[in-house]
Amino acid sequence: MDASNYLYVSALLFTIGAVGVVVRRNAIVVFMCIELMLNAANLSFVTFSRINGDLDGQVMAFFTMVVAACEVVVGLAIIVTIYRSRRSASVDDASLLKR
Amino acid sequence: MSTSTSLVYLIALPLAGAAILLLGGRRTDKWGHLLATALSASSFAVGLYQLTLMLDRPTDARPISQKLFEWIHVGDFKVDAGLLLDQLSICFVLLITGVGTLIHIYSISYMSHDRDRRRFFAYLNLFIAAMLLLVLGDSYLNLYVGWEGVGLASYLLIGFWNQKPAYATASKKAFVMNRVGDMGLSFAIMIAFATMGTVSFAGVAEHAHHASEAALTAMGIMLLVAAAGKSAQFPLQAWLGDAMAGPTPVSALIHAATMVTAGVYLITRSNFVFDAAPTAQLLVVIVGAITLMFGAIIGTAKDDIKKALAASTMSQIGYMILAAGLGPVGYAFAIMHLLTHGFFKAGMFLGAGSVMHGMNDEVNMRKYGALRKFMPITFVTFGLGYLAILGVPPFAGFYSKDMIIETAFNAGGVKGIILGSVTLLGAAITAFYMTRVMILTFTGTKRWDDDAHPHESPWLMWLPMAILAIGSVSSGYLLSRGDALENWLHPLFEHHEEHGHLLEPIVVSAMALTMVAIGVAIAFLKYSRHDVANVAPENVSILTKIARQDLMQDRFNEAVFMRPGQAITQTLVATDQVLIDGAVRGLGAATLSSGSTLRGLQNGFVRSYAALILIAAVALIGAIWVVVS
Amino acid sequence: MLQLALEVGQTAKPEAVMFWILGPLAVVASLAMLLVKKAVHSAILMAFVMIVLAIFYIAQDAVFLGIVQVVVYTGAVMMLFLFILMLVGVDSSDSLTETIRGLRPIAITAAVGFGGLLVSLLGRATIGRSAQGLTEANSEGNVQALAQLLFSTHVWPFEVISALLITAALGAMVLAHHQSTTVRPTQRQLSIDRFRGETLGTAAGLPGPGVYARHNAVDVPALLPDGTPAAGSVNATLEARGDMLDYKKFDLSEVNTKVEEEK
Repeated sequence: MDASNYLYVSALLFTIGAVGVVVRRNAIVVFMCIELMLNAANLSFVTFSRINGDLDGQVMAFFTMVVAACEVVVGLAIIVTIYRSRRSASVDDASLLKR
Repeated sequence: MSTSTSLVYLIALPLAGAAILLLGGRRTDKWGHLLATALSASSFAVGLYQLTLMLDRPTDARPISQKLFEWIHVGDFKVDAGLLLDQLSICFVLLITGVGTLIHIYSISYMSHDRDRRRFFAYLNLFIAAMLLLVLGDSYLNLYVGWEGVGLASYLLIGFWNQKPAYATASKKAFVMNRVGDMGLSFAIMIAFATMGTVSFAGVAEHAHHASEAALTAMGIMLLVAAAGKSAQFPLQAWLGDAMAGPTPVSALIHAATMVTAGVYLITRSNFVFDAAPTAQLLVVIVGAITLMFGAIIGTAKDDIKKALAASTMSQIGYMILAAGLGPVGYAFAIMHLLTHGFFKAGMFLGAGSVMHGMNDEVNMRKYGALRKFMPITFVTFGLGYLAILGVPPFAGFYSKDMIIETAFNAGGVKGIILGSVTLLGAAITAFYMTRVMILTFTGTKRWDDDAHPHESPWLMWLPMAILAIGSVSSGYLLSRGDALENWLHPLFEHHEEHGHLLEPIVVSAMALTMVAIGVAIAFLKYSRHDVANVAPENVSILTKIARQDLMQDRFNEAVFMRPGQAITQTLVATDQVLIDGAVRGLGAATLSSGSTLRGLQNGFVRSYAALILIAAVALIGAIWVVVS
Repeated sequence: MLQLALEVGQTAKPEAVMFWILGPLAVVASLAMLLVKKAVHSAILMAFVMIVLAIFYIAQDAVFLGIVQVVVYTGAVMMLFLFILMLVGVDSSDSLTETIRGLRPIAITAAVGFGGLLVSLLGRATIGRSAQGLTEANSEGNVQALAQLLFSTHVWPFEVISALLITAALGAMVLAHHQSTTVRPTQRQLSIDRFRGETLGTAAGLPGPGVYARHNAVDVPALLPDGTPAAGSVNATLEARGDMLDYKKFDLSEVNTKVEEEK
């Protein structure tokens, strides 16, 4: 069982998450796809820690998890605020920066 | 060569007159014409004085010079503004100032009704000054300044009444065609400097001995082009007829006596170039012969008296150029004919002006007739000029023209026979059309318009005509008595072995007179016996039609030069606008369009920005991949 | 085929089995998360992927991390997501048609390119390297080894991240703060309003519920001097709900007042 299979899975998940960010319009689903990308990165961290035989990768993954959690908190609060003022959760509606 | 300090006054006096009258403006209207005439007369006085001094000096010491100031000193090119008065230039000086002053006097009366008379006199003075600079310059470059000056004065004077668009166009035409000739002179100066390192007459004369014949031939051809432009010779002759749009004194002074003779002066002055370049000399003779016939043929079909006289001028200058192209034997006769022509042609032009003055400025000879009873003085002076141009002895033209015909025959061989025949034929045709002018204008029945009341001109007008008539009568005899002019000019030219006489002078004169008689008889038969139509008849021979169209000279110029030139200009303008402006504007437009295209990326949608980030990430990793592998 | 099955079964590579079952499932689930219309479905599928990942972590000897993944991610983060979905609108769904021209093909192309690059890069990085395994690193136990690293080598990022956590919490509070549009009346103001009101009847506050010897609760009204129940003495909600009890039930006349003699 090759450990690098996990790496390919992680690459695949990351790609799917990237497509999801661009394609989906619901802000929360976009956010979930970002979380997916973070998790894919975590997976590859852990796999590399296994490959290299030390725990640095796991520590990195741990930190990533914490940061992701903070990010989710703040991000969702922002989404709620936007929703409260604009009554819409679509990312396409927040297009005030257009030319 | 001794120096003088008074030569500059010859030029400075009329130039000051021009300056005062032009800068003074309307304030000088009352006395401007008198001042101009006085200055012109004083210039003539200075010229006469110089002549007396020159006559007193020995032959070698006759030429005198005056350096005015150091003009150009650039590297090897050094030209001083200097004046040279020798035997050739004194002839011209006297002709210019003398005839010029007479015409000034004439114009006082002729232009008395014109509001802009002061400006006219200013231009006349300007012309005198420029023409004097032309003949007094001691180098080709100084000559060029005068050359340009007379071109400018001609433009200003032809277009004097530029309220009429046709007159303004005529002056432009004259100037542009003169410009073509000026290019020839420029090139000649450049060739002189390039091959000989100097442009002064003395310097070029010295170098002409050992310069290459190719360079000298090229220079000679360029000088010929310049002379053709200024003297209305073929192929640059089309402007002279239209130049009659100017007031008649202008036609008399510039386009009969002086400016159009500048070409002859140039060729004569450059004798050292032409004598060393036989090909160029041959071209000069050919141009002279062609123009001789050209002018004569045109002159037969013109109903406008001034245009007929203009065609006659063209033809007579053809005689002069032909003589000048015959080499050292011919220069003196060219100058002699130039001087006599100055008298009788100017006299005839002033006479034509007088006729026009009496006939309400009518120029169509078909509306004249039987004027000799009403304008006797004009008739007599004009008649004397007519006899002179015909070459009837003992009038002026007899001596000068017959010498030219004789020299033409003496050129030897086929060339001599052809040239001699051409000159003889020209004499016949000259006789024909001049007789036609006389008959139509002064004899026959009255064909006037109803409101015409011809009267003799005031004394200010007929006095100059009379003086010029005296010149027409006597100048030929005086100049040729004892080979006076020939000996006078002899030291200036290098003389080679002369050909023998092919024909005795008396034979030549007899042939010439015979041809003249034939011409007069034909004209007499054609015009004197039947009534002349008031309006030019329509069904005439094809030759007449072509002659009326000036031998299609304008059509030719338009087809060969004007339209292709216009096409080239339009192509260039279009190229400039489409290609060059298009490229420049296209660059701007491309930048703008690429900018607005790129602006489309900023659509405000987060997702498209995210997509861009993704693409950038791909690119970045791809780059790393390439680097790592 | 049989050989493969035997090989798989014989060498008992449970990890391989687990991987080849759960791996594709995770990928399919994430794809589905992308494609389903309802956001709630996406959230559920996401949770599934999280759990699968947790299993992967545990399979790779990252036991602590796996548990943390379940607790933090699946438990806290995904639940947070679901709460917000509830706030925003459970049945909010996207239409599947794309409004920005050409975005979908561009995104898919870029992502495919990205994935391909990643796969090739990762393959090059790991080619010929066999996994060393974490048995040695985990010799003291995974948690202890992690703690060892966390509090010695990586203590500085650790402290910074804890500061980050506090900041995030504060940030959420600030963002979620509801700005009230009306001014909240102070106690002083309330008191003034009471005494300056139309009647002084309620100046001292509403009457309390009735106090009866046999029942003393909030659901029986008090009696006015004329024997009728006071209106404001019982909570209006109880009254509306019908939970207000009849005061007559607790009338003294029905009380047995016979006193038995004590012997």
